[in-house]
Amino acid sequence: MSATLLAVQTLNGLQLGILLFLIAAGLTLVFGVMDFINLAHGVQYMLGAYLAVAAYGVTGSFWTAMLLALAGSLVVGLALELVVFRHLYDRDHLDQVLATFGVILFLGEAVKVIWGSSPLSLPVPDLLSGSIPISDGLLYPVYRIALIVAGLLIAALLYVLVTHTRVGMLVRAGATNAPMVSALGVNIRRLFMVVFGFGAMLAGFAGIMAAPILAVEPGMGDNLLILAFVVIVIGGIGSIRGAFLAALIIGLVDTIGRSAATDIARLVLPPAAANDVGPAIASMLIYILMAAVLFFRPSGLFPARAG
Amino acid sequence: MENATASLFRARLVPGLILAAFGLLPVLAGLIDDTFIVFFAIRVMIFAIAAVSLALILGFGAMVSFGHAAYIGLGAYTVGILAENGVWEFYVSLPATLVVCGLFALVTGAISLKTRGVYFIMITLAFGQMAYYTATSLSAYGGDDGLTMWGRTEIFGSSMLSDRMTFYYVVFAVLVAVWWLCRTMVNSRFGRVLQGARQSEMRLQAIGIDPYAYRLAAYVIAGMIAGVAGALLANAAEFVSPAYMSWHRSGELIFMVVLGGLGSFSGAILGASGYLVLEEVLSHVTENWRLIFGPFLILVVLYGRGGLLGLITGGKRDG
Repeated sequence: MSATLLAVQTLNGLQLGILLFLIAAGLTLVFGVMDFINLAHGVQYMLGAYLAVAAYGVTGSFWTAMLLALAGSLVVGLALELVVFRHLYDRDHLDQVLATFGVILFLGEAVKVIWGSSPLSLPVPDLLSGSIPISDGLLYPVYRIALIVAGLLIAALLYVLVTHTRVGMLVRAGATNAPMVSALGVNIRRLFMVVFGFGAMLAGFAGIMAAPILAVEPGMGDNLLILAFVVIVIGGIGSIRGAFLAALIIGLVDTIGRSAATDIARLVLPPAAANDVGPAIASMLIYILMAAVLFFRPSGLFPARAG
Repeated sequence: MENATASLFRARLVPGLILAAFGLLPVLAGLIDDTFIVFFAIRVMIFAIAAVSLALILGFGAMVSFGHAAYIGLGAYTVGILAENGVWEFYVSLPATLVVCGLFALVTGAISLKTRGVYFIMITLAFGQMAYYTATSLSAYGGDDGLTMWGRTEIFGSSMLSDRMTFYYVVFAVLVAVWWLCRTMVNSRFGRVLQGARQSEMRLQAIGIDPYAYRLAAYVIAGMIAGVAGALLANAAEFVSPAYMSWHRSGELIFMVVLGGLGSFSGAILGASGYLVLEEVLSHVTENWRLIFGPFLILVVLYGRGGLLGLITGGKRDG
């Protein structure tokens, strides 16, 4: 693999990592504070993308569509919390998994009914269209670079929020010991609504940002949801820092692994066999990585909860 | 007291009734000359086998495995890939299925069972997806499109499984055997340790038992049984597809167990039947049956404690 290709794949990997971080950040906070497993988080990412496409159809402006879709993601997230999730906090994980699975089935099908099964797309905004040269004769789309920058900015914003504000302090305290925070007189339910709404918006934002470069289709959240789980497991439940690092690692390993696996397999196998084995190994890489991390650190790289 | 005795009686009666129903169904279907019912019942029994295996670890070991469909897929692919390479004999494909699923369960279980709660759910889900994506990237065996089998597994050179009735009763016999095996295990010392670990791990350790090995053994056995279900599914459909091991399937399997009533094998069979019948009926009513099914699932979780079996027996559970 040439240096240029490696550069492009690194950028692509960062891009996937950023998307994963945006999804995993909300998930890991919700896990951390409320010990609540929300499978429907991937659906919220998908809804963000669909809402953006719909809003663009009405307004014709990417930026207005983005604002409307963000507001829509927040409303849907809070509505789900109010109608379904609120009743599940005191239940065991099995109930949470099943009920949120029901939410996935419903919303996935609802999206099909409203927008159809065929993939939709959202045009890249004029401001961010075009490409810039990153080395001799190699162009990289501005929009993809903007996505990486936007993701890094949000990561920085989250860092400030979590480490330097009162709400952030409560979130961190909640992740360490939620009953204690509650006993100290903090309305933990309201704290959770804030965390939950914020997480839903982050997932929606990821969907909006992904809409111009990925196909907007039912089930688009499923793959990313499971990758986000891998990210959270590696990073440590409840840890934003862990999620950020793990998301970038997973993004890079998956992307570069996929483009390099066949070439590497060719070194030891005949070409025909390598073409078969390469992709299979590439798709297993991140799970092997996860298994390895768990083997040495069973509670992830940065466990938020001690013990 | 009378109520309790009556419900206990009904709890004992349920397994017998379910067995009798599946045993007699082809005869009744033959009377009204309906072949669809037989095909459908074969599918129900296959998923019931998988649901029973999941009930073993979920209901009695409190291991919420969200990757159980992977074993159905692995079993199906073992049979399919062997057939693609000209090996049709059951005395090769059955042990191969057990070994493949057993090894996958041993390796992934050894890692996942080091963790608890949410971690365990996410890790089993991730390993399940690993199997799924590996299957979709097997371009030599159909990749995304799946693999068509041009026939069914043979038994000592005889293609008797191609006969619908024979195949029906083979699946039925496997279901009965699996059910008996799981009931026997749960009532043995092994099963008591498993259930004890669910209640209090610390007490078990205090009397010198390490629950990890027992959990792992149960996880491996459940994986192997689900693999057999997969091998049967491949034969029933004469087709193998990555969709068999999608995480939606794993979620559906969990729902079958919960729908029937957690902590009971007859419940798992009832749940599998109830789920598939509901899916069949709803998909005839509307193409978008998930719009109804999703909220139904949520309602069952929120209000339907005890499941179908609880409905029949008034809350009592059998083994």
